[in-house]
Amino acid sequence: MANVLADYLIALADDELILGHRVSEWCGHAPILEEDIAFANIALDEIGHARLWLELAAKELGEDPSTFPDKQAFFRSPADYRNLPLAELPNGDWAFSMLRQYLFDSFELARLEALNQSTHTGLSELAAKIRTEELYHLRHTQAWVLRLAQGTEESQQRSQKALNALWPHAQQFSSPLPAEEELNNEKKVPSSSELFSPWVSHQSDFFDEIGLALPPQTNSIDADRFTHTEHLTELLSDMQEVARLVPEGRW
Amino acid sequence: MNTPTPIVTKEQIWTALDEVPDPELPVVSLIELGIVRSVEVVESAVKVTITPTFSGCPAYEVMAAQIEERVNQLGIAQIEVRVNHDPPWTSEWITDSARKKLKAVGLVPPPRHSGDFIQVLIDPVPCPHCDSQNTTLQNSFGTTPCRMIYTCNNCLEPFELFKPL
Repeated sequence: MANVLADYLIALADDELILGHRVSEWCGHAPILEEDIAFANIALDEIGHARLWLELAAKELGEDPSTFPDKQAFFRSPADYRNLPLAELPNGDWAFSMLRQYLFDSFELARLEALNQSTHTGLSELAAKIRTEELYHLRHTQAWVLRLAQGTEESQQRSQKALNALWPHAQQFSSPLPAEEELNNEKKVPSSSELFSPWVSHQSDFFDEIGLALPPQTNSIDADRFTHTEHLTELLSDMQEVARLVPEGRW
Repeated sequence: MNTPTPIVTKEQIWTALDEVPDPELPVVSLIELGIVRSVEVVESAVKVTITPTFSGCPAYEVMAAQIEERVNQLGIAQIEVRVNHDPPWTSEWITDSARKKLKAVGLVPPPRHSGDFIQVLIDPVPCPHCDSQNTTLQNSFGTTPCRMIYTCNNCLEPFELFKPL
């Protein structure tokens, strides 16, 4: 059964799930123990948020909220995922992962604040809940982006390189999510492009302040929420392997 | 027609659930953490509404199973655990009794706040071992989703803060 709100929620969940999985790959590999723990926690939160959005989508679709999230996560092919390519890119170095998380968290917070005003009760309730946890993420990632940008020559260079690579991807925050226009007319969800302009001007000031330059020209990205990079296929084959081997397995 | 008398009272359920420890912080109960929001008893069926703490908390499913098990022990077979996120869980719901118990095991209870929990993190966090205010945040994230890691610059002991939310 088609449901526009479910289409929107699944895209929100996919961003969280795919980024959460990427971040979890740092577990056991982060440069220091504290940051290993921090990224593992952030991954857990993002995957938890994906589950909340998928449970709400299940209710909209009349599916069972206790089984729907796993079905979506483990038994869809890359072509059916609706996450932004930004989320699926390989982790790169520490500066890249931290900056991606910062960019994602800061835009997500803007969207959550708008979703909190949604006329759809379920949506506004979850937005309020998820926002409280995202505030901790942003506090952490913002402090690290600042520290790396103003740390050593090497950390500054790596931060700049990460920004050059990520900024074109971040432009896609302005693209509408599936079914966004229709839901926006009903005042259920914000317009991504309207959230984007103030976000960009805030980020320009922030990067200017910490001594990083926004790339003058942003190359367009071949992939989008509907056409993924090969990195998603690789990520899903890893993430879905066990569930697909034993689909009825119980722990 | 008379309504059949419930075989348990709400109060009995609340008392029983106060014996269910938090899976990751067993010194305090689910009631003391403010996770159990309401209890309904209709004839022989019980509905318990919970508001989970952190959304990525792996303890959440264990909590629901423990609540069911405890209610079953009272001779109630029909037990439903519902989840409600409105309003979202806040550390303001942690009781005073739980705050004392948390401090006693070296976990600093979350500072009181009136909504802006990020603001209260600017205030110094006292060491639970020596009460010194001279402490340093090591990590906003800890061994579970609800903890932050600090060290005390006076007694040099590490300790954890229960995150305000």
